[in-house]
Amino acid sequence: MSVLEIRDLHVSVGEGDDAKEILRGVDLTVRSGETHAIMGPNGSGKSTLAYSIAGHPKYTITGGTVTLDGEDVLEMSVDERARAGLFLAMQYPVEVPGVSVSNFLRTAATAIKGEAPKLRTWVKDVKTEMSGLEMDPAFAERNVNEGFSGGEKKRHEILQMRLLKPKIAILDETDSGLDVDALRIVSEGVNRSREEGDIGVLLITHYTRILRYIKPDFVHVFVNGKVVEEGGSELADKLENEGYASYVKTAEVAQA
Amino acid sequence: MSTENASMTDLTTQPATLASELFAPGVGAQAGPPTTPASDTGTAGDVQPGAHSHGGPTPTGSPAERFTSTDPDAFGVPTGREETWRFTPMKRIKPLLDGADSDARLSWTTDLPEGVELTRAEAGDPLLKGLPEPVDRLAALTRQRADGADVVRVAKEAQLDRPVNLGLAGTGGDDAVVWGQLVVEVGAFAKATVVLDHTGLARYSGGVSVLVGDGAQVTLVSVQDWAPGAVHGGQYDAVVGRDATFKQVVVTLGGDLVRLVSNVQYAGPGGSAELFGVYFSDETQHQEHRLWVDHAVPNCSSNVLYKGALQGEGARTVWIGDVRIRPSATGTETYELNRNLVLTDGARADSVPNLEIETGEIVGAGHASATGRFDDEQLFYLCSRGIDAETARRLVVRGFFADVVQHIGVDALQDRLMASIDTRLGALPALDEQPVEVA
Ligand SMILES: Nc1ncnc2c1ncn2[C@@H]1O[C@H](COP(=O)(O)OP(=O)(O)O)[C@@H](O)[C@H]1O
Ligand SMILES: [Mg+2]
Repeated sequence: MSVLEIRDLHVSVGEGDDAKEILRGVDLTVRSGETHAIMGPNGSGKSTLAYSIAGHPKYTITGGTVTLDGEDVLEMSVDERARAGLFLAMQYPVEVPGVSVSNFLRTAATAIKGEAPKLRTWVKDVKTEMSGLEMDPAFAERNVNEGFSGGEKKRHEILQMRLLKPKIAILDETDSGLDVDALRIVSEGVNRSREEGDIGVLLITHYTRILRYIKPDFVHVFVNGKVVEEGGSELADKLENEGYASYVKTAEVAQA
Repeated sequence: MSTENASMTDLTTQPATLASELFAPGVGAQAGPPTTPASDTGTAGDVQPGAHSHGGPTPTGSPAERFTSTDPDAFGVPTGREETWRFTPMKRIKPLLDGADSDARLSWTTDLPEGVELTRAEAGDPLLKGLPEPVDRLAALTRQRADGADVVRVAKEAQLDRPVNLGLAGTGGDDAVVWGQLVVEVGAFAKATVVLDHTGLARYSGGVSVLVGDGAQVTLVSVQDWAPGAVHGGQYDAVVGRDATFKQVVVTLGGDLVRLVSNVQYAGPGGSAELFGVYFSDETQHQEHRLWVDHAVPNCSSNVLYKGALQGEGARTVWIGDVRIRPSATGTETYELNRNLVLTDGARADSVPNLEIETGEIVGAGHASATGRFDDEQLFYLCSRGIDAETARRLVVRGFFADVVQHIGVDALQDRLMASIDTRLGALPALDEQPVEVA
């Protein structure tokens, strides 16, 4: 059992006079076995939340706490957070020239597990997961994210999640830019992790489309740097029909 | 109307700090030392035929011809202020420039596949008269003092079953300059890879001329894996025949000072030249690579990719990439890229791309040059997968080099070079094992 607790998190970007507060007091608790959807309009700060949890250096935490099983996440380096069991599937995965997918995956798995995985079982695991995500084996010899299509990048992110087996996975718009087939394949990958173990999932999305494949236990509406409404999966249906307009208006009034 | 890609000087910068500091809040981007004169790498935008690709006054008419001569005195004695010498530490190259005639030789270890002969051409041999001429005093001295040439001849239409390997080792201990001239003559439609593998301790000035026959495919690899203290100068020329393909891979790792001048000319239309290079300069090492691609024939292409990393106090690299497209060279396609990764403070990389376009009827021409620190987005991505910052940095640098080294196409040599780069970077956990085959 794991629990990720975010309390009154305030985050800004930029330095000095250019500093701009993006997160304005986020409260969220994600437990093993739970799937939380965070839904919000563009620019509401969803990626900022994801990156802040992962420890991207661009974001400055100005207040609040993030803990994983009681451990202070904000004190940890980026790699320590990953080794503690956090995983971020990025909205825009980064190219790393000259580093092959297979070397990258193996290096990451070694880092997470604390020892090199046994070659035989590792090769088998990678093969199995790649075929589960309908990825060509030749993919492993390509350089990380170099020349990948949008769909390939997202599959590669989920492949990493499958192999690294995090306690809590944050999926930042893993659905964006995917066609229906790719969306189904990627969602099935996430669902396999949910069925197999007690992973906690924080599913960040702009659209309700992915929620047809991955049923959330909780839905949080995220506007202007904070959670403005929470509910069950029925809340997603409401957003599907009505969009974010009413929330955005309320947030503007509250801010004024 | 010819166009040229904009120069790129925006490699993301990030101080190469210790793992613990790397992502600490408040650690902002810090540029490395300004390593390139701004006028040399500014955004070039569209270039009119006849225009010099950089800012500054537009020269009228054609650029001056490059001076060449077999007579050393025709160049005068360089002072260090000349354009060709201004980046070179003259004190350290002086032993070569002042070097006397000598009988000293490198120790040769050769592997010659079937279809290849190694012979000697005497000083008066017509073969030598036809070679591209020296472009600086050192090269002219070398041509003269080498007193003839070693000649590697690949028979026409030969398809070599393995690379020609010339292990050229300095034997150290002696201050005498070793003068050398090598001619690689590849017959029409032959396919050959020739590896020059420089090791050991020497003061060596060696000319290399590669004559690529029509339709031939030639790869020349020159590895500078010298012992500390070695000084190496050399002019490399390639004459690329009609429809021929020439690939050169230069790998400079060792030595105190290495200064290589690589020139390419085309003997007929349809030729293609690829010039790859990697260099890794540690404390006090000076590594200078000067390229000159002269497009004077229609429908030829050139592609230049040089990547370098620098670490330690006084590490110094110089890359000069001159490409000229003459009025006659219609249908030319050329691109050149130089990237430098500055790993620590106290290192300096100069990068000067230079494109002269004298005809509007080209397929494309561009250059880019970037010098900077680590890309922190790459490091973040790797670290977010649990990889510690130190290992992530090594992975990134290793990848940076592998990107070029893989063009050699000789597995054993590639492995050796990557291993030697790994050693310089420190051992890479989990990557010293064999690559994982997933297929
Ligand atoms: N480096 C930055 N500098 C300035 N503003 C930024 C930076 N990064 C993000 N922002 C701003 O923060 C807000 C939230 O961005 P983001 O977290 O990416 O939103 P979302 O993922 O919900 O679309 C946006 O208004 C965006 O413009
Ligand atoms: Mg986003």
